Amino acid sequence: MSVPMPTSSSSSSTLQSGESRLHPFLATRSSLNLRRRLVNALVVLFTTLAALFAAGLLIYLLCYVLSQGLRYINLDFFTQLPTPNGEPGGGMGEAFQGSLILIALASLMGVPLGLFTGIYLAEFGRGPFAQGVRFLVDVLNGIPTIIFGLLAWVLIVIPMQSFSGLAGGFALGMIMIPIVTRTSEDVLRLVPRELREASLALGATEARTILQIVLPAARNGIITGVVLAMARVAGETAPLLMTAFGTTFWNTDVTQPMDALPLRIFQFTLSPYQQQVNQAYAGAFVLIVLILLASLAVRLAAGGFKQR
Amino acid sequence: MDQAIVEQTSRSVSRPAGMALSIEQLNAWYGRKQALFDINLTVPPLSVTALIGPSGCGKSTLVRCLNRLHETLPGARVEGRVIANGLDIYGRGIRPMNVRRHIGMVFQQPNPLPTRSIFENVAIGPRLNLGLHGSRLKELVERSLQQAALWEEVKDRLHSPATSLSGGQQQRLCIARALALEPEVLLMDEPCSALDPISTLQVEELITYLKRQYTIVVVTHNMQQAARIADRTAFFLHGHLIEEGETQQLFTHPRKKETEDYISGRFG
Repeated sequence: MSVPMPTSSSSSSTLQSGESRLHPFLATRSSLNLRRRLVNALVVLFTTLAALFAAGLLIYLLCYVLSQGLRYINLDFFTQLPTPNGEPGGGMGEAFQGSLILIALASLMGVPLGLFTGIYLAEFGRGPFAQGVRFLVDVLNGIPTIIFGLLAWVLIVIPMQSFSGLAGGFALGMIMIPIVTRTSEDVLRLVPRELREASLALGATEARTILQIVLPAARNGIITGVVLAMARVAGETAPLLMTAFGTTFWNTDVTQPMDALPLRIFQFTLSPYQQQVNQAYAGAFVLIVLILLASLAVRLAAGGFKQR
Repeated sequence: MDQAIVEQTSRSVSRPAGMALSIEQLNAWYGRKQALFDINLTVPPLSVTALIGPSGCGKSTLVRCLNRLHETLPGARVEGRVIANGLDIYGRGIRPMNVRRHIGMVFQQPNPLPTRSIFENVAIGPRLNLGLHGSRLKELVERSLQQAALWEEVKDRLHSPATSLSGGQQQRLCIARALALEPEVLLMDEPCSALDPISTLQVEELITYLKRQYTIVVVTHNMQQAARIADRTAFFLHGHLIEEGETQQLFTHPRKKETEDYISGRFG
């Protein structure tokens, strides 16, 4: 320890002769300080490298998918059916159509169930039962999504003797429930108590207070949760393999097999025809962009909400 | 303003002449923590009663018991009676919504409904509870805003959002919102503590004006305010009612030592 100590024992604050006294802020050169600075530099270096690596991977992924698929993104890609045997042209219009229908079906089931559960947990749920529900919802959120596919297979595909959009929508809806539940519970809890009391003090019932005062105040947050849940299920593949199954034809009949963007990407990636492999990349790029746009829109809306 | 007064006098003929509140053996809890102990207090009709005392003394809890708002908090509990016009508001078969419709409340922080317009904020109570609409609703909204001394300032922008008003205007909007239900009693929980001195003066003048028609209970931590506006004052400490009486009497000749210590600024 060779810390330069003040030479004079006096506590005078006047400047003394040059280097013999160092200002306490400057008196930092010691072996201990060298180690501290080294560790500090290393930590900064490694965390920065990790961040660069993660961001770099994502950018590389986007560039690679784009370079492979960009040439195949055109109007036909969105409006035409796949060509047989890898003939040139065509698209995956039925996959876009199917994805839209499946997400609509899933929302029809997942949004009301999730929202009402969220309202229950935020407004009424107390005691062990509510704690149990909350725990189960969290478990539901962590279950591998293929399990929901299995459930839909057992409950819908087997009794109906057919793969169907309905089964796919059911599986995706199950995935949406916990996401919508947790986000709506969280934003409902953020609505200030003063607002509820304002309404209660006017003689409104609890139900009216929730429906007419609390829900509108939490609207933006709830919409955010719903959009994020939709973006999440838009990319789900596994639960659709054994439910919606996929098709290469236009189909609006929910009792029949239905295509979806991630399913089409999966099947085209395994295709022996180079064009279909490239179209899979194009589909992947479109899917990424759609999800990116959804998160971006949500972020902008949330930002606008904060500023108000 | 003259017209408003004429309307009020004609209206007050059909109204009961204020409502007296009689609080008997009232105890209140937050979970296991008891906030009020055996409170007995009579609030005369058509008067202003001020509740004073240091923070946490239970004065806010007491007003929240008077319109059954206290019990809406998780874990909160009330025992005892509050007799309003001969009927216990905690009695069997009494619906809290009906109590709150007749005993209005103004809160510490102005809390207009942020997603709604000025008009809607005042109209929501009558629309919900009295089923009013159309021109009768408009009349009532105008009258309530006039009573709250806000009409002149907002009559040209009734459909702007309530949040576009200043803090003092928002508080008067909340008063108008409570008055629109034509309550018998008006509870005010530190209505001026978030307001600047000019807005405070306006609200105080308003309280003095409104007591001709309403029974008013106002919580305040400002003793000068109590002295200015209240006919009777009650002093609370640690959940107990220490002393109550004519405001003048309580501030000049307090009977209890705690009261004297508090009003002379020795604590709190």
